[in-house]
Amino acid sequence: MSLAPPPAALPAGPPPKPRLRLATVWLAGCSGCHMSFLDLDELLFVLAERVELVYSPVASDIKTYPEDVDICLVEGAVANTANLELALQLRARTALVISFGDCAVTANVPGLRNLLNRDGRGGAAAVLQRGYVELADGSGRLPHAPDLVPELLDQVLPLHAVIAVDLYLPGCPPSAERIAATLLPLLEGQRPLQAGAAMLRFG
Amino acid sequence: MSRTVIIDPVTRIEGHAKISLHLDGEGRLAGARFHVVEYRGFEKFCEGHPFTEMAGITARICGICPVSHLLAAAKTGDKLLGLTIPPAAQKLRRLLNLAQICQSHALSFFHLSSPDFLLGWECEPARRNLFGLMAADPDLARAGIRLRQFGQQILELLGGRKIHAAWAVPGGVRSPLSDGAKAWILERLPEARATARLALDRFKPLLAGPLQREQQLFGQFPSLFLGLVGVDGEWDCIDGQLRLIASDGSVLADHLNEDEYASFLAEAVEDWTYLKFPYYKPLGPQAGMYRVGPLARLNVCERIGTPWADAELAELRAHHGRVVTSSFAYHQARLVEIVACLEAIEQLVVDPDLQDRRVRLRGSLQCQEAVGVSEAPRGTLFHHYQVDDNGLITRVNLIIATGQNNLAMNRTVLQIAREFIPGPLAAGAEIGEALLNRVEAGIRCYDPCLSCSTHAAGQMPLRLQLVAADGQLLAERSRG
Ligand code: SF4
Repeated sequence: MSLAPPPAALPAGPPPKPRLRLATVWLAGCSGCHMSFLDLDELLFVLAERVELVYSPVASDIKTYPEDVDICLVEGAVANTANLELALQLRARTALVISFGDCAVTANVPGLRNLLNRDGRGGAAAVLQRGYVELADGSGRLPHAPDLVPELLDQVLPLHAVIAVDLYLPGCPPSAERIAATLLPLLEGQRPLQAGAAMLRFG
Repeated sequence: MSRTVIIDPVTRIEGHAKISLHLDGEGRLAGARFHVVEYRGFEKFCEGHPFTEMAGITARICGICPVSHLLAAAKTGDKLLGLTIPPAAQKLRRLLNLAQICQSHALSFFHLSSPDFLLGWECEPARRNLFGLMAADPDLARAGIRLRQFGQQILELLGGRKIHAAWAVPGGVRSPLSDGAKAWILERLPEARATARLALDRFKPLLAGPLQREQQLFGQFPSLFLGLVGVDGEWDCIDGQLRLIASDGSVLADHLNEDEYASFLAEAVEDWTYLKFPYYKPLGPQAGMYRVGPLARLNVCERIGTPWADAELAELRAHHGRVVTSSFAYHQARLVEIVACLEAIEQLVVDPDLQDRRVRLRGSLQCQEAVGVSEAPRGTLFHHYQVDDNGLITRVNLIIATGQNNLAMNRTVLQIAREFIPGPLAAGAEIGEALLNRVEAGIRCYDPCLSCSTHAAGQMPLRLQLVAADGQLLAERSRG
C-alpha cells in the first residue's frame, strides 16, 4: 500500500479585508432615512459580510458612540443640544461622515420652525408654547429638565453647519438604490460617482 | 439619600428616549420614568401652509408610518372639502394601510424585537440585533426582511416610492392599482403567509416556556383600550368608529365622534419628558389611562372577519381571557394583525373596483375645521385642522398613537423594575444587565414610535444614573 502524497497546501489568497466599521446616527429627522437603509433588504446580508455595524439606533444596542468608526451615515438636522453633542462626538471619532438625507443636508422639514423666528421670539419658544401650553390640559408646564431632556436650539441647523461633512446623500429619503450606490464603492475604497437625477435629486 | 438610575438611550425603538429609576432614601424603588427627549414642533410650524400640503409635511413626522399621517391628513382634507370619496379610492386607501401595518409590524417583530426572544435576554449587546439574527438564523431573518419588503413594495407599487409617497390626497388617491401591481401582490402573497406562519410557530411555543415571566411582568395591569371598529364591531383600521372599553370587557363609550375628541381626550404635560400624557377625560389622568395599538384593536373588536386571523384571535383570548391586559401580548397581537392584513389584502386585491379609474374627486372648501382619524400601526391617530378662507392652516392639533400609551409605558417600566429590585438597593450596588434589558424590552412591547409621538425623532443610548434627592449625580453607568 502506497502512502498518498500529503495534500498540497491551499494556495494562499489575499488576506481577508478587515471589515469596515459603519455607524448610523439619527438626529432630528423622521427615521425615514433609516427605513430607507433597511429597504436595502437582502443587500443587508452582503453588507453584513463587508461591514461591522458598530452603532445604530435600529440595529444595535451599543449605547455610546464608539472610537475609530470608518463611515457614519447621519440622518436628521441638528435641533437640540443632544444632537449637537452627538454630532461633535461622531465627527471626532469618524473618518468619513455622510450627511444622510435632506434633513441633514438642508434642515428640511424640522427646519420649518426657523421660519417662526420672524417674530423675534425664536422658533423654539413658539413651538414649545403651542405644543405644551396651548394644546394641553392646562398645567402650563413646559418640559424642562436639563440633564434629562435636552433644550431645543433656537435655530435648526443642517449637519454641515456644525461639523465638517465628507459626502452628501440628498433625498427625503434617499432611495435604497441611492444608498447602495454610495456605500458599495466606499467599501471598495472608491469615491461614489454622484451625478444625475438618480443620485442628486432632493425630496 | 434618594437616587435615580437612568437608561439612555433606549435602543431598537423608533425615537429618542431614556428611562430613569428613582430610589428613595432607603434605596427602595420609588418611581420610574420614561423620558422622550426630542420635539420638533409640527403643530406650530404647519401654520400658514395650505391644508393640501399637510399630507406631505406631516408624513415627515415619521418614516416608519408616514402612511398613517398621509391617510389622516387626506381624511381631514376630505371633510374640509365636504367630499365623500369614490368607493375605489376608499378601497385603495385601505390597501395602502394594510400594507403599511404589515411592513411596520414585520419591522417591529423581526428587526427590532425578535433578537430578544430568539437570541436571548442575556445575549451580549453587540450581537443582540438584526445583524446578530442574520448571523444566527439567516433563514428567519431573510423571511422577516422579505415580509417587510412585501409591505413596502405594495406602498411603492401604489404611490411610486416606498417612503413618503404623496399618493393619498384630499378627495381620494392619485391612481388606481395597475395590472402589474396586482399580479406582483398575488405572486408574493403565499410567501408572506408562510412567513407569518413561521413567526407564529417560532414565537408561540416560547410563551409557554422561556417567556412566561415576561407575560406576567411586562405591563400586566388593567386599563382602558381605544380603537376603531367597523359597523358590526369587526376589526377595522381605517373607516371604523371609535370604541373605548374597560379591561372587564364592558364598552365604556361606543361610536365616539372624532370631531368631539376634545370632549373625551385630554393631554397632560410633565416637565421631565417631551411626550405628553393623553387620558380619557371623563375619568381623569389616573383612571383614564388607556392603551391603543394592535393589542387594543384586538381587544375592542368583536372579531377580525377573516378565518386564519379569527382563529389566532380565538387562541389569544382562550389563553388570556376576552380582554388581554398584558402588554407583552402586543408582540403576538402584531403577528395576528399581520395575518389579518395578509388575508384582507388577498380579498381586496382581486376586487375590480381597485382598478376603476374614478379615484379622485375635486372640490372647494366647505368648512373651516375638521378632524380626521386613522389607525396607525401603533394605534389611533388624530389630525385636527383649522383653516382660513383660503385654506391656509391657522391651527393644528395632532394626537398620536404612541403618546396615548405613555401612561401605560411608564407604569410598565415601574412594574418591571419592582420585580428586579424587590428590596432596598445598597449604595453602590450594581444594576444588572438583566434589569436593563427587561426594562428596555418592556418599552419595546409598545413598539413606540417616538418620531411620531413627539413629532420628533431619534435614537437611544442606554445610560443609568443614580441621582440623589438634592439632584446630585452619585453614579453613572453606560452600556456599550
Ligand atoms: S430627509 Fe426626509 S426621510 Fe430623511 S429624516 Fe428627513 S424627513 Fe425623514
